[in-house]
Amino acid sequence: MRVVATYNIKGGVGKTSAAVNLGFAGAGEGHRTLLWDLDPQAAATYLFRIRPRVKGGGKGLIRGSRSLESAIKGTDFDGLDLLPADFTYRNLDIVLDDTKKPTRRLAKLLAPLSDDYDLVILDCPPSISLVSENVLHAADLVLVPLIPTTLSTRTLDQLTDFVAGFDGHRPEVMAFYSMVDRRKKLHRDVMTQLDSTDITVAGSVVPALSVIEQMAVQRAPVGAYAPSGKAAQAYANLWAEVSGRLFGTAPAR
Amino acid sequence: MTYTYADGAAVEPALAALAETFTVSDGVSTPVERTWLDTFDWRLYRSGWTLEQTIGPATSELRLIGGDGATIARQVGRIDPPARIEQVPAGPVRDRIAAPMRMRALLAVARSSGHGHTIAVLDAEQKTVVRLVADHARQLEPVARPLPVRLAVRPLRGYESAGRRVARIIESAVGGVPETRPALEIALAGTGRAPGDYTGKVDVRLAADQPAAAGIAAILRHLFDTFEVNLEGTLDDVDTEFLHDLRVAVRRTRSALKLTGDALPDLPVDKYVAEFKWLGDLTTPARDLDVYLLHLPAMKEALTVAEPADLDPFGVQLERRRATEFRKLKRGLGTVRLARLRENWRADLTAIGEPADGQPLGALAGQRLGWAYRRLAKRGAAITDTSPASDLHRLRKRGKELRYLLEFFAALYDSAKAGPLVRDLKGLQDCLGEFQDCEVQTGALRGFAEDLAADGKAPAATLLAMGELTEQLRRRQDAARREFGARFARFARPKNVRRMAALTAGAST
Repeated sequence: MRVVATYNIKGGVGKTSAAVNLGFAGAGEGHRTLLWDLDPQAAATYLFRIRPRVKGGGKGLIRGSRSLESAIKGTDFDGLDLLPADFTYRNLDIVLDDTKKPTRRLAKLLAPLSDDYDLVILDCPPSISLVSENVLHAADLVLVPLIPTTLSTRTLDQLTDFVAGFDGHRPEVMAFYSMVDRRKKLHRDVMTQLDSTDITVAGSVVPALSVIEQMAVQRAPVGAYAPSGKAAQAYANLWAEVSGRLFGTAPAR
Repeated sequence: MTYTYADGAAVEPALAALAETFTVSDGVSTPVERTWLDTFDWRLYRSGWTLEQTIGPATSELRLIGGDGATIARQVGRIDPPARIEQVPAGPVRDRIAAPMRMRALLAVARSSGHGHTIAVLDAEQKTVVRLVADHARQLEPVARPLPVRLAVRPLRGYESAGRRVARIIESAVGGVPETRPALEIALAGTGRAPGDYTGKVDVRLAADQPAAAGIAAILRHLFDTFEVNLEGTLDDVDTEFLHDLRVAVRRTRSALKLTGDALPDLPVDKYVAEFKWLGDLTTPARDLDVYLLHLPAMKEALTVAEPADLDPFGVQLERRRATEFRKLKRGLGTVRLARLRENWRADLTAIGEPADGQPLGALAGQRLGWAYRRLAKRGAAITDTSPASDLHRLRKRGKELRYLLEFFAALYDSAKAGPLVRDLKGLQDCLGEFQDCEVQTGALRGFAEDLAADGKAPAATLLAMGELTEQLRRRQDAARREFGARFARFARPKNVRRMAALTAGAST
């Protein structure tokens, strides 16, 4: 079982869109996929038309009084399941802090799912918190959507430095350009500048397209309602890179 | 939950009833070819599974289904039977079925063709909570006929209560009780076949008070049926176990004739013993090579000095020899001699009819079991540390005779009580088998190595690896020899003598 997390401290950069569309692509390829919506805003949960409620709340899941399995819902898409968000997730940091090995709790809870799933995607809330620290320890790959502006690269530097300081398991960190508007010189310049550094950036770019914004109206992954468009192709390309890193040799950039 | 209806008339009213509570989509109708797959001896069914392949216009799916109808594993992929495990596409289904399948091939045990109508049942958020699949199909194999319409209620994960609600609405609207039989069982119902209907074991209904002639004839007919059903798979080389089961049927027939043939005085027993010996000898070389090839991976694994790849030229030699011997086998099985044997044997077995008189089967069984046990015990007791290997080989034959008799007459005695005796006999036979097999394989390996050396086809590393194998075989044979005393003592202990006496007395009543 491989775990990938979509993570950025900043909100509105395309984490949930990436998580949902990569989950759709992974399941479409035959990987048994679980998406855990860890954000109390429950955007991914909303997109899949699932009620944002977990019996026993986040506390029940973290403490183990409710199993993760009991909370999982099947989406409309074969091979793709969702562990919904719940508004009580806003207190997950407090609950986690009360556990043994508070930064490793999510990894421990996910481990028993390895018989049932090939791929777990963690859609993380935009924050620096004990939840995000848990996610970084649980993930094999941390996927960081970056709107190519100057400030966004600073947050990537912070994350990379933070992960570099881990003892033991360290996730791979890979950024990808999200909501890109190539008409904007700033976007073009930042992308060129970052490409010349040693930061790992995916070759696939997700453009700013209204069809992606339509996800909130369609309440489905882009690949379900616009399968032959540029957005679906962009996410398919991104998935190919992610899948290569998770399950095999990474494609050439 | 699945409901079965004689025809599709129930589906529309069921959907109309559901539409009062849920949103029901129009659904998508797709042509479907469905194949159920299992090994010839039903290994998946015996593991509690059915394997269903569903092929649509753009999909091909394998689904492994448990006894309760739940999906155990599913994957995209297609199997073209007959298919051995290496021909099954990689995925969670293959991972589950590999162990029970082992060397056997998957065959199509039933096929149907039709269309599946998948209807989504949506909640207030327009989320699919349940899928209804209405299956309208016509069976193609094993017989061509229409099949009842199946309406499957498949709740998505986490929506089981919605699934139960949908099921209640359907039952209330159009009736029906949840179908508990697997789809495969329905497909085979009334065709003369049933899941699990073949086993290589001796499975004959006998009664202690029936005439011995009738009982022995029933056993011989059963063994001949086993031979016949395995013949086609042997000729087509579907997998190695068709030949194995065919040979076991032949060996059991020879034993039955030798040990109990006197119960059928009109049968030319000696003639058939000779003919079945010919048949057994005909099939031996190909089977021996099958066994070497099946064990080759384990042999490679067992090497500690040589590299596994060093045995690759030996593997190539085995494959070539096997191809040659199989061609000879096929020719032999196509001869007039075999055709006559089958025809005459069937005719003679039929001519026996159902004798109504004569010694009761139970009495004969008790007598023969007792003789076989005492013969084995006496010969075994005479073996010492200095006895030649041939004495152990002969003892193994006596052990086989007792084992076959226990198999033939299993219906006549309490198998639970005989269990420990049978286990101790098996332990003894395993030891004797290991001893003899090691000796035979050592000789065979030397022959293979000499031929490889003479052909100049093998590097020195291969010959050294084969030498390492013969050394391992020698050590295993020595270990078996050392273990013989304890195994025989366990088999011949007073408790087993009493068990045998009780068994033979029980068989007689």
